[in-house]
Amino acid sequence: MRDDPIPGSEADARDERYADLTALSEWDQAKLGAQAIEDTEAIHVAPNWKLTWWRFKKHRLALGSTLVVILLALIVLFPGFFSTMDPQKSRAQQSFVPVQTIHFFDEGQFRPFVYGIVGKRNPETLRMEWKIDEEKKIPVRFFARGFEYEVLGLFSTDIHLFGVKEGDIEENPIYLLGTDRLGRDQWSRLMYGTRVSVSIGLISVFISVLLGVLLGGVSGYYGGIPDLIIQRMIEILQSLPAIPIWMALTAAMPRDWSVEQTYFAITLILALIGWTTLGREVRGRFLVLREEDFVMAAKLSGCSQKRIIFRHMVPTFYSHIIAAATLAVPVMIISETFLSFLGLGLRPPAISWGVLLQEAQNLQSVALAPWLLLPGVAVIITVLALNILGDGLRDAADPYSH
Amino acid sequence: MEPLLSVRGLKTYFFLDEGTVKAVDGVDFDVHPGQIVGIVGESGCGKSVTIKSVMQLIQKPGRIVEGEMLFRHQTDDGREEVVDLAQLDPHGKEIRAIRGAEIALIPQEPMASFSPVHTIGDQIMEAVLLHQDVSKEEARRISIERLHEVGMPNPEQRMKAYSWELSGGLRQRAMIAMSLACNPRLLIADEPTTAIDVTTQAQVLRLLLDLQEHHNMAVIFITHDLGVIAQIADFVVVMYLGRVMETGPVEDIFFHPQHPYTKALLESIPSIYAPAGERLPTIEGSIPHPFSRPSGCPFYPRCKAFMPGVCNAAAPELKPVNDRQTVSCFLYD
Amino acid sequence: MTQYIIKRLLLLPLLLFIFSVFAFFIIQAPPGDFVTSYIAELAASGSSMDQAQIDALREQYGLDQPMIVQYFKWVGGMLRGDFGVSLDWKRPIMELIKERLLLTVLLGAFTFIISWSLAIPIGIISATKQYSFIDYFFTIFNYMGVATPTFMTALILMWLAYSYFGISVTGLFSPEYVDAPWSLARVVDLMKHLWLPALILALDGTARLARVMRANLLDELNKPYVEMARAKGMSEWRLVLKYPVHLAINPLVSTIGWYLPMLFSGSVIVATVLNLPTIGPLLLRSLTNQDMFLAGVIVLIYCFLAIIGTLMSDVLLAWLDPRIRMEA
Repeated sequence: MRDDPIPGSEADARDERYADLTALSEWDQAKLGAQAIEDTEAIHVAPNWKLTWWRFKKHRLALGSTLVVILLALIVLFPGFFSTMDPQKSRAQQSFVPVQTIHFFDEGQFRPFVYGIVGKRNPETLRMEWKIDEEKKIPVRFFARGFEYEVLGLFSTDIHLFGVKEGDIEENPIYLLGTDRLGRDQWSRLMYGTRVSVSIGLISVFISVLLGVLLGGVSGYYGGIPDLIIQRMIEILQSLPAIPIWMALTAAMPRDWSVEQTYFAITLILALIGWTTLGREVRGRFLVLREEDFVMAAKLSGCSQKRIIFRHMVPTFYSHIIAAATLAVPVMIISETFLSFLGLGLRPPAISWGVLLQEAQNLQSVALAPWLLLPGVAVIITVLALNILGDGLRDAADPYSH
Repeated sequence: MEPLLSVRGLKTYFFLDEGTVKAVDGVDFDVHPGQIVGIVGESGCGKSVTIKSVMQLIQKPGRIVEGEMLFRHQTDDGREEVVDLAQLDPHGKEIRAIRGAEIALIPQEPMASFSPVHTIGDQIMEAVLLHQDVSKEEARRISIERLHEVGMPNPEQRMKAYSWELSGGLRQRAMIAMSLACNPRLLIADEPTTAIDVTTQAQVLRLLLDLQEHHNMAVIFITHDLGVIAQIADFVVVMYLGRVMETGPVEDIFFHPQHPYTKALLESIPSIYAPAGERLPTIEGSIPHPFSRPSGCPFYPRCKAFMPGVCNAAAPELKPVNDRQTVSCFLYD
Repeated sequence: MTQYIIKRLLLLPLLLFIFSVFAFFIIQAPPGDFVTSYIAELAASGSSMDQAQIDALREQYGLDQPMIVQYFKWVGGMLRGDFGVSLDWKRPIMELIKERLLLTVLLGAFTFIISWSLAIPIGIISATKQYSFIDYFFTIFNYMGVATPTFMTALILMWLAYSYFGISVTGLFSPEYVDAPWSLARVVDLMKHLWLPALILALDGTARLARVMRANLLDELNKPYVEMARAKGMSEWRLVLKYPVHLAINPLVSTIGWYLPMLFSGSVIVATVLNLPTIGPLLLRSLTNQDMFLAGVIVLIYCFLAIIGTLMSDVLLAWLDPRIRMEA
C-alpha cells in the first residue's frame, strides 16, 4: 500500500517537469531547488500575468512605489481637486510668502488650522517680509469650496480636497508651499504642474513604445532591407547627443504657438529621439524569437504572419516592454523638466515642474525663497517611485534574467 | 590501509525562503589512496553537493550543518596529518592550500568553467603558480607538459587558445590538464562525461584511467550512468535523496546488489538481449518534491519491498551486510 | 582589430556629413532668423529699422540666400577652418569656442574619472556583500542618485553653499583668473573650482554605473568559472577581481560610447545653473537668440564628440573582450 504524499493525478505533470530538471546540474537544482520546482509547477497551472503578479507582490518597496504612482495618477486626473487656490492668479501684494504649515491639533483637539501671516515691506530692499501671526488662526476644512475648475473637461465644480472653513480663501489664504515672485500659490501650481509633467512623460513614452515595437518588430521579424534601413536609422539617432538636439528642436518651436501646441510638440520631440533603445531591444528579441521552435510550430500549423507576431511572439515580452516603459517615463519627465527649466520647452502661462523651477534659476531667488525648489522634490519622488516600480516589474517579469 | 578521505554523517542543507532543502542528509563513505570510487544516483540525489561539501565550496544559502570529513593532508615537510575538512573556514588559507593542490575538481561543464576572456594557458599556469613556488617560465613549461600528457595536439600553440575555440573533447582535456597541474592526491570528477558524446566519452574515460594509474591518484567519479561506473569504478556508492543506500566493490554491486533501489536501478538498464516489444522496466513513482520528503527511509514510496510501519517510521542506518558491502535498509536489520 | 578600427574611421566623415545636415536644418527650423530676433531686441529697447536697413543687414549676413547655398557656404567654410562669425557676439566663432571647449572637455574628463573610480568599487562591494548593510546603503544612494536630476543637485548645493556658508560656487575661476592667460596658478585655481561641478555631474552617472555593475557582477558570480577558480584554491578577492569583474565590466565599457557624449551634453544644464564658461551655456544663448552659425557649430561639435566617444568605446570593448575581436 502506498502512502504517496502527492496526489497521483499530478504524477504525469511532475514527470514532465522533472525531465526539464534533469537538464540542470544538481548544483543548480539544489540552489534553485524549491524555487524552480515551485515556479515550474506554477507555470503549468497559472497564466503568465499571474506569475508576474506573485513575484511582484514580494517586493515591498515596489508596492510602496505603486501607491505613490497611483497617488500621482489621481493628481494628474484631478489637479483641481487637490489644489486650493487659483494657480494662475497673481497677487502682487503677496509675493514670496513662505510655507504655511497646517497644524492638525488645536489645544488637544483635532481641528486643523494655519496661522495667518502678516507682511511688511522692508524699506531698504523694498521686498515683502512675512511673519507668522499667532493670534490669527485660520481653520482648515476638508472638502471645502474654492475656485471653480473643470473636471476632465466634463463638468465644473468648486469642491477641493481642503480649504478654509469660513470666508473666501483669497481673503484668508493658505499657501501650503508659499508663493513665488508674482504671489502665485505654489501648491496649486504644483498640482497642475504635476498633471502636465507626468502626462508628457506618459504620452511620449507611449509614442516611443509604439514606434519602438513597430519599427523594431518590422526590423527584427522581416530582416533584409527594412532591417538594414531601420538599423542604420537607429544607429544614427542613437549617436546623436540627445540633449543638444532636444534643445535645438525645442528652441525651434515658434514663440507664438499656443500652450497645447508646444505641449504636443515637446511630447513628439522627446518620443522621436527616445524610441531607439526600445526599438533595438525589440528588434533583438524578434531576431531571436524568429528562430524559436514554437514560431516554427505556429507557422507549420498554418497561422498567418499577423497571428504569429501578435498572438505568439509579442506576448513573450509584454512584461519586459511594460518594465522598460515604466523606466523610460522618468527619463522623459526629467528631460521635459530641464528643457522647460532652461526656457526652451514649455513656457508660461503653461505650468510644468520645469516652468516652476525656472523661478529658482538664480542664486538670489533661491536664497530668498528656498521653497521654490520644492517642485524639484516632486520630481525626485516621482522619478524614484517610477524607477523602483520599473525595477520591480522587471525583476518580476524576468526572475532568471533570461 | 587507512583511507585518504573519510566522510561520516555529512549533512549539507540549503536554507531558502520557502523552506530548507536537505540536499545531503547523512552520508558516509571512504576513499582509499589509488582507489576509484564511483558515486552514482539519479539527478537530485545530492552527489554534486556532497563533493562540493568536501571541497568546502558550498556557498550561501547552503551550509554544512553536521558531519566530519577526515582527510590525510600532506604538510610542507612531507608528513601526513589528518585534518577535518568540515571544520575548516571555507574562505580560509588551509582549505585554499588543499584545493587544487591536494584535492582537485574536474567540473561538470568545461566550457563554462573556463573564463572566456583568458587563454587556457593563462588559467593552467595560474593553477600551477597558486600552489608551487616556481617561475613563470617553469609554470609555462609544466602547463605545456600537462597538456601534452592529456593528449592535446600542439600543446604549445594551444596555450594561447581560448576555451571557446576548442572542441568539446579538447576542452575537457584542457580542463583535466588544469586540474592535474599540481599532482593532486584526490581527483574529484563531477559527471565529466555527461556533456559529451559517446565516442569522446570513451576517450576521456581511457585518459582518466591512464592518468590515475600514472599518478596513483584516488578518484571520486560522479555519474548517473551505471555503464560508466561499470567501466571505471573500483568501489561504488549508491545515493538517493541525500543519503547513501548502498556501498561496495563494483562487482558486488553489479552482481549481488542488496538494496532494493540498487536492484531497481540495475533492472532498469535496457538490455540488448531483452525480447522485442517488451516494456522497458522503470522505477515506479518519481523523486519527491524537496520540501515534502518522505519521513523514514527516503526510498519507501517507490520501493517494491516496502514494509508499512517499519520503513516509513524511521530512517535505516548504513550497516555492513558482509565484509565488503554496506546497506541502508530495514530488510537487513 | 586594426581592420575594425579603420572601418569605423572611414565611416566618420559620412556620419559627420549626415549630422551636419541635420544640425544645419535644426538651426534653421525656427521661423525667422537672427535678423528677426535682432529687430525684436531693438524694438524692446525702443528703436527700429526700416525695410531697407533690414534687407541690407540680411544681405550682409548672407541670410537672403536659399537654404542650400547657405549650407554649402557654411560647410565649405568649416572645411577651410573658418567657422564663421557669431552674429550675436560679433566675434569669430573659433575664438569663442576654443577655451570653452577645452574646459568642457576637462570637465567631462574629470567627471568621467570620478564616476568610474567610485562606481566600480561600489558595484563590486554591493555585489559581493549582497544584502548586507553596505549593500542597502549603496542601493539607496544609487536610487537617489538616479532620481535626482543633476540640475536639482546643482541648485540645492548652490543654495546650501550660499545660505549656510555664504560662498558662491559659480564659475570655474576666481575673479582674478577669469580672463588671465594660462599659468600654473590658473591651473591650480581651475582645479580648485572644477571638482564641485564634476562631482555633481558624476553623481548621476555613478549611481547608474554602480547599479549596472552590481547587476552584472551578481550574474557572473553564480557562473561555473567562478566556482572553478575557487576550486583551484584562489583567494576570494583575487578571483573576484580577476574573473567575474572582468566580465562584468565589459558591457559597461560598451556604454562609455554613450556615456561620454551624454556627459558633455549633460553638463549643459549644470553649467547654466552654475554659470560655468563651457560651451553649454553658449549653446543655450545662441539658441535663444537664433545665432544659428554658432548654434550649428556647437551642435556639430557635440555630434562629433559623440561619434568619437562611440568609436573609443567600441575599440576599448574589442580590446577587453577577445570574443568580440574574433567576430570582427
